[in-house]
Amino acid sequence: MSSHYEAPIRKPLIIGDKNYHDVTVDVARPVEGRANKQWWIAFSIALAAFLWGVGCVAYTVGTGIGTWGSNKTIGWAWDITNFVWWVGIGHAGTLISAVLLLFRQKWRMAINRSAEAMTIFSVIQAAMFPVFHMGRPWLAYWVMPIPNQFGSLWVNFNSPLLWDVFAISTYLSVSLVFWWTGLLPDFAMLRDRAITPFTKRVYSIVSFGWSGRAKDWQRFEEVSLVLAGLATPLVLSVHTIVSFDFATSVIPGWHTTILPPYFVAGAIFSGFAMVNTLLIIMRKVSNLEAYITIQHIELMNIIIMITGSIVGIAYITELFVAWYSGVEYEQYAFLNRATGPYWWSYALMMTCNVISPQVMWFKKIRTSIYVSFVISIVVNIGMWFERFVIIVTSLHRDYLPSSWTMFQPTFVDAGFFIGTIGFFFVLFLLYSRSFPVIAQAEVKSIMKTSSETYKKKWASEGHGHDNHSHSENNHH
Amino acid sequence: MSNKVIHVLYNDDDILMDAVKKTRAAHHHIEEIYTPFPVHGLDKAMGLAPTRLAICAFLYGLVGLSVATSMMWFIMIQDWPQDIGGKPSFSYIQNMPAFVPVMFEMTVFFAAHLMVITFYMRSKLWPFKDAENPDVRTTDDHFLMEVAVHGDVDQMVSFFEGTHAVEVKVIEKH
Repeated sequence: MSSHYEAPIRKPLIIGDKNYHDVTVDVARPVEGRANKQWWIAFSIALAAFLWGVGCVAYTVGTGIGTWGSNKTIGWAWDITNFVWWVGIGHAGTLISAVLLLFRQKWRMAINRSAEAMTIFSVIQAAMFPVFHMGRPWLAYWVMPIPNQFGSLWVNFNSPLLWDVFAISTYLSVSLVFWWTGLLPDFAMLRDRAITPFTKRVYSIVSFGWSGRAKDWQRFEEVSLVLAGLATPLVLSVHTIVSFDFATSVIPGWHTTILPPYFVAGAIFSGFAMVNTLLIIMRKVSNLEAYITIQHIELMNIIIMITGSIVGIAYITELFVAWYSGVEYEQYAFLNRATGPYWWSYALMMTCNVISPQVMWFKKIRTSIYVSFVISIVVNIGMWFERFVIIVTSLHRDYLPSSWTMFQPTFVDAGFFIGTIGFFFVLFLLYSRSFPVIAQAEVKSIMKTSSETYKKKWASEGHGHDNHSHSENNHH
Repeated sequence: MSNKVIHVLYNDDDILMDAVKKTRAAHHHIEEIYTPFPVHGLDKAMGLAPTRLAICAFLYGLVGLSVATSMMWFIMIQDWPQDIGGKPSFSYIQNMPAFVPVMFEMTVFFAAHLMVITFYMRSKLWPFKDAENPDVRTTDDHFLMEVAVHGDVDQMVSFFEGTHAVEVKVIEKH
């Protein structure tokens, strides 16, 4: 059929002899089955870490911020490092669901649902740091411009920390409705398959009575497209605004105009690494290897390589500008990063972020699942250190040598961070057992163009003349 | 007027598209089509009017921008024009660069959320809404076309059986 013509060079995105019903069954299986022992072990570990984090936060709020390792010179350390790290991880989800939608990338279909879930869960983790790093978190509602009995006393719209409030809350809420709207047809699929009255009821409520009418689909697609068009500048603006927390300051090492695009590139870099970490495990555990193929992993690795190179250029640019500026404070800030007491964290950041993604130039490496998994974790360690280096090394030595000091985190700093990792995995593990982890309606819509079954069929019907070998190459 | 409808089920989107074209050519009225995934070009083949949700989103965005601008103008310039770190608060335009992030975010916030709410209201979707697809297979792998009955029922049934349908049912609608 000519309406389904696709260049024979493109590899199939759905492997194996699948039809529409097989997609339904494969996506529904992890939800309809029972959790195995490994799931319960992973869930228990994550829950324990989460509860430990709750304890550390309760201790911080009850006793005071002095339980942390921050001091008079270094007011921001692990709190904001972790905040920026989590926000950054969240960005890949929107990139995959919005930017790749605008670019009509069909390979996004199998991964967008989980990437968006990752966005939402990591932005939730991120949002806790701005609240609990406050000295008086019970007055956090004062950041809202709400009319009040003090005159009215308002907020100051000059502060990037207030812009953060608007950026993060817009980002979280828009990502949530984008994700949920996309979930409606898939929840409806689970609802219509449900056997027990309880699951029927639950999926009826969450699917909002989705019936799949032609008009509903027409509106659905328009809404998805407009939301993608809105989410793309949103995702760029959110990390830009997060970078303004540093870029608008007067601190040498922070005051740079390169920070907004450089933070966004770093966010995509670390976010795609996290997507790779999660999906490499998920495709195996949930038996979704036919949908999340080695080609998906390779394409994500290519994006990691590109954004890693952008981050590398940004590092070199910063160094060049520091030397070129003739500002001794700026020059010292970078000399201190490279050779000061935190040289090891700078070296770790450079190794993980600049060198590790460059191995992806080799096809053997970027198509290896094991190497991809290791690199994806290395990248997230490197990106954590990037934020740590930017924040702590710029603060611990700046204008007045009499204010120079060191930073030593306490167990409460670590506990809060571990708690957010635990909370993230609690949410992600619950999600993977109760949500359709692949957007099955979207995967079905690319079946005719991108599945192995149909590619073979079109090839045998004789579309083009050099397309008889492509399907043989792709049994990985 | 008869209140009977015919439910024609297909198991392939290309067959459905051909059937829609044939049905329209034969002047049968398609009441509704239920599909498990978006079938591209189906709305055009059915002759559905384009949706205006994008226009709504644009207008909602303008509302968001106006709300942000008037809020910050009132708070920062009109109500308490204080000196916070030497920032000029004599007029909106003087301190405008500092207001851009919030103006942008509120534009996106209003456009996105109000459009989604409009979509939910227009398509009648909400948490306790009952599903209205007549056959559960339409969220899995079947495509259902609902056609109003006019004239000879048997003739219509045989017409639809000739469109590669997997099932044709005559339904009494109340």
